[in-house]
Amino acid sequence: MASQSHAANPHSRYYVPHPSAWPFALTVGLALIVYGVAGWLEQRQVPTTLLVSAGALLAVYIIFSWFRGVALESEHGAYNAQVDRTFRWGMSWFIFSEVMFFGAFFGALFYTRVLSVPWLGGAGAKLLTNLVLWPHFEAVWPSNGPAHIGGDFEPMEAWGLPAINTVLLISSSFTVTWAHHALKDNRRGRCIAFMLLTIALGATFLGLQAHEYIHAYTVQNMTLHSGVYGSTFFMLTGFHGLHVTLGTLMLIIITIRLALGHFKPDHHFGFEGVAWYWHFVDVVWILLFTFVYVL
Amino acid sequence: MAHTHADHAGHGHVHDEHAHGPERGIMRWIKTTNHKDLGTLYLWFSGIMFVIGGLMSLGIRLELFHPGLQYMDPETFNQLTTMHALVMIFGGVMPAFVGLANWQVPLMIGCSDLALPRVNNWGFWILPFAFTLLLSTFFLPGGAPAAGWTLYPPLVLQTGNSFPLLIFAIHLMGISSITGAINIIVTILNMRAPGMTLLKMPLFVWSWLITAYLLIAVMPVLAGAVTMLLTDKYFGTSFFNAGGGGDPVMFEHIFWFFGHPEVYIMILPAFGIISTIVPTFARKPLFGYASMVYAMASIAFLSFIVWAHHMFTVGIPLAGELFFMFSTMLISVPTGVKVFNWVATMWKGSMSFETPMLFAIAFIFLFTIGGFSGLMLALAPVDFQYHNTYFVVAHFHYVLVPGAVFAIMAAIYYWIPKWTGVMYNETLGKIHFWWSAIFINVIFFPQHFLGLAGMPRRIPDYAVQFTDFNEISSIGAFLFFIGQFIFIYNILRCALFRKGLKPAAARVWEGAHGLEWTVPSPAPYHTFEDPPQEVDTETPWVAGHPAVAH
Repeated sequence: MASQSHAANPHSRYYVPHPSAWPFALTVGLALIVYGVAGWLEQRQVPTTLLVSAGALLAVYIIFSWFRGVALESEHGAYNAQVDRTFRWGMSWFIFSEVMFFGAFFGALFYTRVLSVPWLGGAGAKLLTNLVLWPHFEAVWPSNGPAHIGGDFEPMEAWGLPAINTVLLISSSFTVTWAHHALKDNRRGRCIAFMLLTIALGATFLGLQAHEYIHAYTVQNMTLHSGVYGSTFFMLTGFHGLHVTLGTLMLIIITIRLALGHFKPDHHFGFEGVAWYWHFVDVVWILLFTFVYVL
Repeated sequence: MAHTHADHAGHGHVHDEHAHGPERGIMRWIKTTNHKDLGTLYLWFSGIMFVIGGLMSLGIRLELFHPGLQYMDPETFNQLTTMHALVMIFGGVMPAFVGLANWQVPLMIGCSDLALPRVNNWGFWILPFAFTLLLSTFFLPGGAPAAGWTLYPPLVLQTGNSFPLLIFAIHLMGISSITGAINIIVTILNMRAPGMTLLKMPLFVWSWLITAYLLIAVMPVLAGAVTMLLTDKYFGTSFFNAGGGGDPVMFEHIFWFFGHPEVYIMILPAFGIISTIVPTFARKPLFGYASMVYAMASIAFLSFIVWAHHMFTVGIPLAGELFFMFSTMLISVPTGVKVFNWVATMWKGSMSFETPMLFAIAFIFLFTIGGFSGLMLALAPVDFQYHNTYFVVAHFHYVLVPGAVFAIMAAIYYWIPKWTGVMYNETLGKIHFWWSAIFINVIFFPQHFLGLAGMPRRIPDYAVQFTDFNEISSIGAFLFFIGQFIFIYNILRCALFRKGLKPAAARVWEGAHGLEWTVPSPAPYHTFEDPPQEVDTETPWVAGHPAVAH
C-alpha cells in the first residue's frame, strides 16, 4: 500500500511518525528501575525485585518494539535520503556523547595517576600533605592509596589475556568491515558469515574479560575496593564491557535482519550504525589497553 | 503500530489537507510527536518548575529576612538552597529554552518537525518523571539532598535516603538533555530550507546549534561524575577518597568541566533571543551578524578551558590559578562584542518599546552588570575574598534571572501571538516588565554589598550588621514573585482563554523577519511539510542578512 507510493516517489516528504506511546512507556520502565534500585541501595521498604523486573521487562519490550518499528518503517520505504542523513548525524552525535562519557573516567584515571597519587606522596608543593597526613606513603602506580584500601593486591598484567583480547577486538573491526563490503557487493551469505565471525570474536572477548574479572577477584585480591587503581580499572573496563555486550547484541540483531532479507546494497544504515558503534568500542579498548594495562 | 506508520507515509501525498490533526484528550500529550505540542509541554513544565523553585527561594528569603533562626532548621534551609538550584537549572531554565527551540527552530529553518520526533517525545517525558523522583525526596526520612547543587564530596556522600534518587534523577535529566540536543543539532544540520546556508540562519538557530553541541559534550561528563559518587558511596570505590589514592578535588574538576559549559548552555539561547528581538524593534538589521556567530562559537570554545575559576580557593597550583584567570578574562572579549553589537543595532534605529523589547533592553543592561561582577570574580587574588560570599550569589543571579529568565519572558511575549493567534495585553505586559525590572534589582543589587562585606552564602543565619540589606532583598523577592502573576495571567489568557483578545497577524511585528512570520497565526499544527521552495536566497530571512544591510 503505502510502500508502493513511496517507491514511485523517492523524494517524498520528510517522514514524521504518527503519535506513539513508546517513549512514554519506556520512561515508565526506566523510572520503575531506578526507583527500585534506589530503594535497594538505601535498604528502604521498597519492592525492589518487583519494580526492577517489571521496569526492565517493560523497557526491553519497548526498546524491541521501537527498533522493530523503525526497521519495518525502513523496509517499507518510509525513509527518504534526508531521513537517512538524520540517522547518520544522530548516530555520530550519540557516539560523540559516549566518547565524552568515557572521557570523564579517563580524566579520573589521568588525574589520579598524574596528580593526586604523586601529591599524596609529596610531589610538587604538596610535601606537607605527605609529611603530616600520610607519612611513609610512597607514590607508585598501581596504588590503592596511603590507607592501603582493599589490602595487598596483584595488579593486572598487560601481556596475557588483555593482549589476546586486543587482537580479538581489532580483528573484529576488520571482520565487520569485510561484512560491510560483502553487503555492498550484494553477497549476503558472505556478509552473514563475517557477521557471525564478528559476533564470535566479541563473545570470546567478553568471555575472556569475565575470566579475567573472576581471576582478579578470587586470586589477585584485585577488586573494585582496591583503592583508586581498582576503582578506575573496574569502572573503565566495566563500562567498556557493558558497551561490548550491547554492541554484540546489536550485531546479533543485525545478523538476524540480514538473514530475514533486510537491507539493500545501497541502503543499510542500520548495519552501518552498528558497525560504527563497534569501531567505537574497539577504539575505546585500544585506549584502555594502552593507559590501563600497558602504561 | 507497525502498520500505522506506513499508512501515514502514504497519505501525505494523496491529500494536501491533512486529517492527522492532534488526538483528543490526555493521550494527545502523552503520545505526541509534534514539535509544537512538545514545545508547549516543555514550556508548561518549565513554568511549573519556576513556580516550585520560586517558592523554595521565598523560603530561603523568609529565613534570611532576620538574623537568627526563625522558620526552619539549618538542614531544611540547606535542602531548600540545594533543591532551588537543581529545580531552577534543570527544571526551569533548560526546559524553557528547549521548549522555545522545539517551537521555533522548525519554524525558523522551514522544516516540518524536529528530525527525530519520537525521540523528542521521549526527551520531554523523562523530565516529569525525573523531577517527581527528585522532589519526592522531600518526603523521605532525612529529607531532600542538602549538600548544594554542586554535589561536592565528601559532604554529599553524607546524604541519606535521598542520595540514589538524586543521582538517578540527574542521570535521567542527562538522557533528556542529550537526546533533546542531538535532535536539535541534527534538525539544524540536516533540515534547513534550500538556500539557507549556515551563515544565513537566524541567530536563535545559531545559538541553539552551539548550545546543543555543548550539551552533548558535557552532560555525559556530569553523568560520569555522579556515577563515581554513586559507586564511592555504595560500591567501595575510592575516586574521591584520598585514603585510596583519589581526591575530593577531582570531583570539583570533573563537575566544573561540565558546570562551566552548563552556564553557557543557560545563556547562549538567551543571546539568540536578544539578537532576534532587538533588530525587530529597532527596525534595523542586526549589527555584525557574522561576528555574533563567531563570538558565540568563541564563548563555547572558551567555556571548556575556564572551569577551575570556580575552584580558586581549593588549593590548585599557582600555574593553574593563572591559566584559569586569564582564560576566564578572555571570555569578556566575545561577550563584549555581543553587547556592543546589540547596542549598535539600536543606534539610530526606529525604536519602539513593546514588552519583548523592554525585556531585551533590560537584559542588555542587567546581564552586563552580571558580566562585570563575573570579571571581578575571575581575578584569582580578588576571588579569595569574594569566594562563597553573597557577591557570588548576586553575580550568578544577575546573569540567570535578568539574563536567562528575562530572555525567556521576552521570547514568550515575542512569539506567543504566533503560537496562540492572539495578542497578549500590552499594558499588563509593560506593568509586568517594570515591576520585574525594578524588583529584580531590589533583590539582588544589595547582595553585592552583603558579599563584599563578607556575608557567606548557604548559611541560614548571619551577623546583625547584614540585616538591612537582607531585609531589602527579601522584600524584593516577595514582590518580584507576586508580580509574576501578572505574567501568568497574561499568557494564560492567550493560551487558554482567548475570548476578547485581539487576533494576531501572520507577521506579528512590523519589523520582524524570518520564515516563522510567513505562516498564519496561530501556526497550523503542521507547517512546512514541503520546504519553502519559493524563498530565494536573496530574501532577507534573517534580520542580519547582508542583503538587508545594504
